[in-house]
Amino acid sequence: MCMGRGGRVAEGRDSAYSGGFKMTATIAPRPSFPHRHLLGIEGLSPLDITALLDMADEAVEVSRQVEKKRTTLRGRTQINLFFEPSTRTQSSFEIAGKRLGADVMNMSVASSSVKKGETLIDTAATLNAMRPDIIVVRHHAAGAVHLLARKVDCAVINAGDGAHEHPTQALLDALTIRRNKGRIEGLIVAICGDVLHSRVARSNIILLQALGARVRCVGPSTLLPAGIERFGVEVYTDMRRGLADADIVMMLRLQRERMNGSFVPSVKEYFRYFGLDREKLSYAKPDALVMHPGPMNRGVEIDSEVADGAQSLIREQVEMGVAVRMATLEALARNLPNG
Amino acid sequence: MNSPTTSEARPLVFTNARLVDPASGREAPGAMLVQNGAIADIAWDEPVRPGPAEAEVVDCGGLVLAPGLVDMRAFVGEPGAEHRETLKTASEAAAAGGVTTVVCMPDTDPVVDEPSIVDFLLRRARDTAIVNIHPAAALTKGLEGREMTEFGLLMEAGAVAFTDGARSVTNAQVMRRALTYARDFGALILHHTEDPDLVGSGVMNEGELATRLGLPGVPREAEIIMLERDLRLVRLTGARYHAAMVSCATSVALIERAKAEGLPVTCGVSINNLTLNETDIGDYRTFLKLSPPLRSEEDRLAVVDALARGVIDVVVSDHNPQDVETKRLPFAEAADGAVGLETMLSAGLRLVHAGHISLAGLFAAMASRPAALLGLPAGRLAVGAPADLILLDPDEPYVLDKANLHSRSKNTPFDEARLEGRVLKTFVAGRKVHDISLAS
Repeated sequence: MCMGRGGRVAEGRDSAYSGGFKMTATIAPRPSFPHRHLLGIEGLSPLDITALLDMADEAVEVSRQVEKKRTTLRGRTQINLFFEPSTRTQSSFEIAGKRLGADVMNMSVASSSVKKGETLIDTAATLNAMRPDIIVVRHHAAGAVHLLARKVDCAVINAGDGAHEHPTQALLDALTIRRNKGRIEGLIVAICGDVLHSRVARSNIILLQALGARVRCVGPSTLLPAGIERFGVEVYTDMRRGLADADIVMMLRLQRERMNGSFVPSVKEYFRYFGLDREKLSYAKPDALVMHPGPMNRGVEIDSEVADGAQSLIREQVEMGVAVRMATLEALARNLPNG
Repeated sequence: MNSPTTSEARPLVFTNARLVDPASGREAPGAMLVQNGAIADIAWDEPVRPGPAEAEVVDCGGLVLAPGLVDMRAFVGEPGAEHRETLKTASEAAAAGGVTTVVCMPDTDPVVDEPSIVDFLLRRARDTAIVNIHPAAALTKGLEGREMTEFGLLMEAGAVAFTDGARSVTNAQVMRRALTYARDFGALILHHTEDPDLVGSGVMNEGELATRLGLPGVPREAEIIMLERDLRLVRLTGARYHAAMVSCATSVALIERAKAEGLPVTCGVSINNLTLNETDIGDYRTFLKLSPPLRSEEDRLAVVDALARGVIDVVVSDHNPQDVETKRLPFAEAADGAVGLETMLSAGLRLVHAGHISLAGLFAAMASRPAALLGLPAGRLAVGAPADLILLDPDEPYVLDKANLHSRSKNTPFDEARLEGRVLKTFVAGRKVHDISLAS
């Protein structure tokens, strides 16, 4: 089980990273990915992360060709098990699996027996009996994917569990940053908005720090989790100060039910103080780049002008998502029996 | 199940014992005679004293002979949830753990809020249980926190205390009236102090670890605010009040101040909060999902220290059997609670072995003080006291295997834990109800 406390040992591993994406073709024996599942960024070494990013760089090239189909996962069965509705993550995993030649089956909660009272464990046991090779799971409860991983024989990828982790999102964000800035080490990354409920924020904090970035969390105190400063991040409740000299501005989605009085008083007030518009963005470095895991609430946490502007990487993040998921599927498939 | 027939039982003579009497704090070698279900004679500093010729002799071999434990807080599934626990299985777990008196909580189905249900429990216990069972009755009807129950009639029926179990009475007016009315009867109120609104969706201690696990947290203030309110109401009403389980340093300080002021206040702590902390949750282990939640190591050390100083009066098992259906779930969706009757003494001995508290001090918190609070004659080694006794090897090491637990539910936080100190024999009213050498 990859749940150690070893996620933040960035020092001394930078040489493994300095190869960057341009050199991957010349690295002869790829470092293996020594994990059976991908349940979180926590527990991955910087070397593991870099290996995945390097593979993802190659997957980007594959996806940009006319002939995108590979045979890496031919004969393998991939089940996308989504207990929470998702459009982009689920389709991203589906496309990634298909490009690698896997047989992909989507199972979402609305059409499943979970609604009839079947437990998570029973669902896991049922699917396991169908002999899949990889299960991709999203669940609304933190730790649910870990629980499921203990009950199946195949590889498990966490596609988001509650407010815990969303590792492939953090990997795709890191890939996007690395391809645009050429590095991650030393960059100032401001993660802004609803950090409290965000698995994207947690995975990103751990990953970016492991690769040597300076991470800030920016948001109203009602949306910052207890003990967040113990993660080694800088905490700001003033957006302009939090964005000062930032290289990357990473916005988080604010869910509708949290907008009206429970965590912030109103959309209007939230946008005024924490919505990313050109004026606030001007406090970041002139070449700062803007990211958002999607789906965006335009006019709530981000202004359309910024979302669609020249500094935005939001579309590229989606492309990188497919590449990172291809890399993850391939890395885990190599560790499967007879793989 | 054969009920205790004390009048016919042979007298018992314990020889070569290390007698531990928490009521007096006395600890010395000695011998003891038990007759008619009660302690008939104690020979302090005499390893052997001959008893009647027909007596059965138990050579204690220098091991500890002490009063059986009195557990003020156990949830038993009967009536309504017999698939998790019955009075019979709970009492067998208790006997194996050295607990000879169990106070069962009223949040059963139906709720213990009427004298007839107290009567049912006592009769059921008489017929099926092998240790003493004393029901605690509901503080409010249906545990709804709105109308108080019939304290007088319930006490006449045999209720030893009043509590809404794992629920807090949030309405201060209701609590004030209940405390005021309880004072007239000298009734003991046990209160779970957690503000449900501040708990919200929280499932573990609020802080860095909860944030890392992506789980919503329970702030200490949920407990502290409710406790502070209660202490003000006790000052107003003068009722006997017992905070069921404190879990953090601030609560300890509040209790200490209230006692210094002379308020009729006592408090308990769960064995879990004394011996585990939030990091034991590890990889989402639902058997460690508890209410109050496991706190930080600093808080744990604060409650251990408070226990050693007597600020915390009582240690409870907070025995709460849960089955696979309620525990084998994602952490936030799993039920609260852990079984504890069978392990509370072994776990508590960790504090003795670590030098935090004396053996007599531990037995005071687990036997004599709860007995005194409840007005029961148990929990002490004295002539005339009931012969509720345990023979304990305080040093025997073992690894707990949950499959061996007597409780019908196996949700122990100590599965595969290395424990030191084991109950070898348990006697209730002079009758042997547990013998480890006969267990499988």
